[in-house]
Amino acid sequence: MRAARHALIATAILFLGLVVGLPVVVILHQAFSKGWSAFAAAIHEPAARHAIRLTLTVAAIAVPLNLVFGVAASWAIARFRFPGRAALLTLIDLPFAVSPVIAGMVFVLLFGRQGVVGPTVFGEQIIFALPGIVLATVFVTFPFVARELIPLMEAQGADEEEAAVVLGASGWQVFFWVTLPKIKWGLLYGVILCNARAMGEFGAVSVVSGHIRGRTNTLPLHVEILYNEYSYQAAFAVASLLLLLAFFTLAGKHLVEWRARRAEETFIP
Amino acid sequence: MSRHSALPGFGLAMGWTIIWLSLIVLIPLATLAWKSASLGWAQFWELATSRRALASYRLTFGAAAIAALVNAVFGTIVAWVLVRYRFWGRAFLDAIVDVPFALPTAVSGLALTAVLAPSGWVGGILADLGIKAVFTPLGIVIALVFIGLPFVVRTVQPVLAELEPELEEAAQVLGASRAQTVLRVIAPVLLPSVITGFTLAFARAVGEYGSVVFISGNRPLETEITSLLIMARLENYDYAGATAIALVMLVISFSLLLGINALQGWARRRAGMGAA
Repeated sequence: MRAARHALIATAILFLGLVVGLPVVVILHQAFSKGWSAFAAAIHEPAARHAIRLTLTVAAIAVPLNLVFGVAASWAIARFRFPGRAALLTLIDLPFAVSPVIAGMVFVLLFGRQGVVGPTVFGEQIIFALPGIVLATVFVTFPFVARELIPLMEAQGADEEEAAVVLGASGWQVFFWVTLPKIKWGLLYGVILCNARAMGEFGAVSVVSGHIRGRTNTLPLHVEILYNEYSYQAAFAVASLLLLLAFFTLAGKHLVEWRARRAEETFIP
Repeated sequence: MSRHSALPGFGLAMGWTIIWLSLIVLIPLATLAWKSASLGWAQFWELATSRRALASYRLTFGAAAIAALVNAVFGTIVAWVLVRYRFWGRAFLDAIVDVPFALPTAVSGLALTAVLAPSGWVGGILADLGIKAVFTPLGIVIALVFIGLPFVVRTVQPVLAELEPELEEAAQVLGASRAQTVLRVIAPVLLPSVITGFTLAFARAVGEYGSVVFISGNRPLETEITSLLIMARLENYDYAGATAIALVMLVISFSLLLGINALQGWARRRAGMGAA
């Protein structure tokens, strides 16, 4: 019994250490392999700074769009019963199932040189430019917020909202004063996950960006270019920024879980 | 439209959901199907079943299945250890399970390649044993184990936490040995969640790109997964070839998604019966 226990714990630690722990440590080890100044230089270089700016811009556009969609979809799906509800849920999940390369490719089929729509919309180039990168990012991060909110809102039920309506509140008042306070931690978690994927997306963005250095390179694409140029230390230095993003994401997750637990404990019905 | 609710806003919320879903997901994916249809059946079949495409399917699904199987075994052990035992560092171990979720796939691929390269920490040991991980199917499997791990752990963990100790105590009181308790009492309750976790990890691995591209070496017929083959076709402006293969993958992914939904429904019903 005791031996089995120790063997199982050792197996779990060894497995997680080898599969997850080592890769994380190796990123930091390589990033600082030539000292602090080489690390700083890799991040301050103009192409890297542009990649950071582009990644932040893309996330700043894509995340709010999916936030609004996620809230609308959860309101419709968790608060109402209608035919085709299960099918709608499955369609919202679809971007999770599709390979990111295909996610990028469909926008090339639409907006490429021989695309169905054509290369420009309102005079704006889509593929190999910011709009294409944003579209591909919105696609791959599409289900995150809705997926967090729908089960949460279903579990909470609509009693408070219905009471507010009976008391004469308008639809927006119900949403901002009753629903939003109830779902805020779940919403925040959905946004954190959505943001992590938006900033870290590689495959889909790789297809639509065209890899124009200093113009359409996001952080993950910049890492790839540095690696392919054998600038390993610089590649890992930039990658360590994305590792930092992952740490913030996990910390945010734990904060949200802790707050949600506390809210549950202090809740007096 | 049946709406058993006194709440307002159905029209607005539903309208926005349908419009946004159509613009971002449905119309783009329909374009893929439509472009494939315009190829004609004979050409589609030829492109989708070329020697290089068939080799990539075999590698993609084979590696994804092996990786998901490894995760089903070790992920269940990790979930068991995290739920059942209290030891120093447990919270930390629990936290790092989510790292593959949070870490961008390109960074994962880069890091795994560095660890497994002959000059790397693990790659050096493997090289002494005569095993080559980088630029081989083994490396692809390891990358897919990395990205699939949280799916199994996070699916099995809550089920295990809900499992009532009374059930096991009852089995022991009735004279069951530990092995019998594990096999006859715990395994049947856990099985649906393990299968769901396996399928989630498998589905994710089938479509994976970023973490594999660095470690696989991308040699056609040998270490080229299907996502990479689509990418190669696109880079050569062979849109017909890319479209045909992408449609095959899309149909398989969609079937997997439907399968996962059915599995989760089954697992929930099983869990509901256990509690009643």
